Amino acid sequence: MWRIGTVVALHDETPTARTITLEVPHWPSHIAGQHVDVRVTAPDGYSAVRSYSIASPPNSHGRVEITVERLPNGEVSPYLTQEVAAGDRLELRGPIGGWFVWRTQQTEPVQLIAGGSGVVPLMAMIRSRAAAHSTAPFRLLYSVREPQAIFYRDELQALIDKDHSLSITYAYTRVAPSDWPRPPGRIDASVIASAAWPSNFAPTCYVCGPTSFVESATDLLSASGNDRDKIRTERFGSTGERK
Amino acid sequence: MDIISRGFSGRRSPENAKLPPGQYLTTDFPVLSAGPTPHVPLDRWEFTIDDGTHVLRRWDWKSFRDLPSETFTVDLHCVTRWSKLGTSWEGVSLDTILMDVQTDASYALARSYGDYTTNLPLNDLRNKQAWIAFRFDGKDLAPEHGGPARLLVPHLYLWKSAKWVRGITLMPHDKPGFWEGLGYHNYGDPWREQRYSGDK
Repeated sequence: MWRIGTVVALHDETPTARTITLEVPHWPSHIAGQHVDVRVTAPDGYSAVRSYSIASPPNSHGRVEITVERLPNGEVSPYLTQEVAAGDRLELRGPIGGWFVWRTQQTEPVQLIAGGSGVVPLMAMIRSRAAAHSTAPFRLLYSVREPQAIFYRDELQALIDKDHSLSITYAYTRVAPSDWPRPPGRIDASVIASAAWPSNFAPTCYVCGPTSFVESATDLLSASGNDRDKIRTERFGSTGERK
Repeated sequence: MDIISRGFSGRRSPENAKLPPGQYLTTDFPVLSAGPTPHVPLDRWEFTIDDGTHVLRRWDWKSFRDLPSETFTVDLHCVTRWSKLGTSWEGVSLDTILMDVQTDASYALARSYGDYTTNLPLNDLRNKQAWIAFRFDGKDLAPEHGGPARLLVPHLYLWKSAKWVRGITLMPHDKPGFWEGLGYHNYGDPWREQRYSGDK
């Protein structure tokens, strides 16, 4: 069943990523980590559908937020990040997915690991936890190209300032702030050792990002003693091979 | 009711005509998995057919690779809407695997390293429709794509083509697998757009 969402707010997270807030009548709510299918249709009836993770927490009074990263050769993401205006309507289907989710009843430690725009469903988990006044211990390890590429930066800072059972470690792959203790680079075993929960805390791990990032992060989590059954993943994009 | 998206023109390709409804063409090979990629050493790999109680057939890597294999070219359709056309593979047909297996079962549950499962009618594994594939594009199948060997059932959405497959359980009654129990369609025919539970 396709629902109609009306765009009520737009916010640029970075020069290439935009958060779109939709008002969706009779939205059945969702679980943090789920996604929606978004359908856009040209005047001649041609349509295209893409899946986007929901960024907003459950029970947001019929509002659903997605954050869309513009892909250089994308068909739908340039439209959503550059053309869509307040008052426009989009078709939505969902919420979808029952595996890469965090439920407010969960109380065990949680390790979130994001690569780039893979932070979106993890942000829904962080927001869901805050909205439910959960005290489940959360850690987010967030790998980004450079400081300007961070999504939700002010909101994340405000959350950690008032909540000591949530912590965030940034890891920069290309450009780090000048006072940063580590040179830019990909996440490695030493980053996992210093930023992630020790494996004897038995955290549930959620890893989201490009395929190569998820492959290496999950291998590092396994190598540091995490049970593979406790690692959930969501991958996007290609393997980097191109024909 | 379709809503027109002001300012959206889209990118039409003549190739789209060959695609199932709601799919778009990709030339790379995206990866979707629910958890970490299992790395299965060949000397520990095995593939079994069982009936839920007894193992009926068992192969180790060597005896599996001694089975006659075939090369084939098929189109892949992922429920996340990408399709990849004309992919070339090498694998052992399920007709070969099931040749000497006597069964009254109507359903099958594919089981994988990493505990993934997916269900399908046993008939969908027969009649040159399904393979245990171990080479893609002339190279050994990479772990992130399901290597050392994966099920390939290209006439259904790709989640039915279990990566890292380790066996098939024959069942008298249908039983949902991993995604089928999490809101995805029980059968998954791309041409009928059976993506989610509730789709006809």
